[in-house]
Amino acid sequence: MRKVERKNNSEPRVTSHESRASLAWPDEVHANLRDLGVCQVGYVPDTGHARLIRLVQADRRMRAVALTTEEEGVAMAVGAWLGGERSALLLQSSGAGNCINMLGMIAEVRVPLLLLVTMRGQWGEFNPWQVPMSQATAPALAAIQVVVRPVDQADDVGATVAAAGRLAFNTGRAVAVLIAQRVVGTKEFK
Amino acid sequence: MKHKKPTLERRSVVAGILKDRGGALVVAGLGATCWDTMAAGDSPLNFYTWGGMGGTAMIGLGLALAQPKRRVLVITGDGDMLMGLGSLATIGVQQPRNLALIVIDNERYGETGMQDTHTRFGVDLAGMAKSAGFRMSGTAYTAAQLKTWIPRFHRQAGPVFCAIKVTAHAAPMVLPLREGPALKNRFREAVLGAKAHE
Repeated sequence: MRKVERKNNSEPRVTSHESRASLAWPDEVHANLRDLGVCQVGYVPDTGHARLIRLVQADRRMRAVALTTEEEGVAMAVGAWLGGERSALLLQSSGAGNCINMLGMIAEVRVPLLLLVTMRGQWGEFNPWQVPMSQATAPALAAIQVVVRPVDQADDVGATVAAAGRLAFNTGRAVAVLIAQRVVGTKEFK
Repeated sequence: MKHKKPTLERRSVVAGILKDRGGALVVAGLGATCWDTMAAGDSPLNFYTWGGMGGTAMIGLGLALAQPKRRVLVITGDGDMLMGLGSLATIGVQQPRNLALIVIDNERYGETGMQDTHTRFGVDLAGMAKSAGFRMSGTAYTAAQLKTWIPRFHRQAGPVFCAIKVTAHAAPMVLPLREGPALKNRFREAVLGAKAHE
């Protein structure tokens, strides 16, 4: 079996104007995913999701699957559901557009899926190339029948994700929680 | 590089692959590979895709990971596979032992007017799968080669990849069920029993 090499990754400095709650939300979200019985977690890495990704990787009841592009995770969720497993997809807003076509299949086949989207392009963003897709994330996902739930307070992230997950798996549809850049922390480039 | 002309006929290729399928779960890529799979015999354990081009292999991965004790066959076309090349790497990293990815490669986009795909010009899907970490990967041009590959699809520890070169001759459309929830429900009922509707 091929061994996967893991490199030491130093994360860029993230500033946050929130309290300690802003550092706790990934742990709450991991607990939510566990309570929902989510097994397969696809992701394209994002700094904002770094802690949650590590928690999922360390959780033997879950399988973290690194993707080359976010749409792979949408298709994977269809297969997982056919086989009886629940999925979540972790992505940055810049990857939301990559999912649109595949989300049509989710809508048409009625597969439940929880998308957790860390936002760029909102709060003091430095990189202009991030802004168009970030501003288009909510309308683009809504256009393809995803229920979109923005959350902009660190204290609310856990409850929002739990409720979004219940909506997704109880009613058989895709639900996306958009975690505001203000919560995640704005990436510093200097 | 000189082009090698395919000679195998797609309908009999897929029939041969599925003849002794046992309890294998099948995900069929949109278009001609769905008609081929349906023509070989309908089953609730066939999930026919009518869209989501580029995603068929990943549907196979999610299913294989969820049902590690079941054999999962993805039967798809070169156009769909080309649209999801990154998935070869993703699957190669995950190393599902129960997954075989079979491309019925007619070197054409079958549903849109038989335009050439990249495989018509020498792009080697099996080579890409091998480089992505597939445990066994190759291309079949002849009946003898196909005969050695079929047992591997069902029993070789995966992930297994094979591009089977077939002619561009269009076989008759044999239309499977197309309603999404119906396909999903009958598949889940067959695999999960009562748990399908918990």
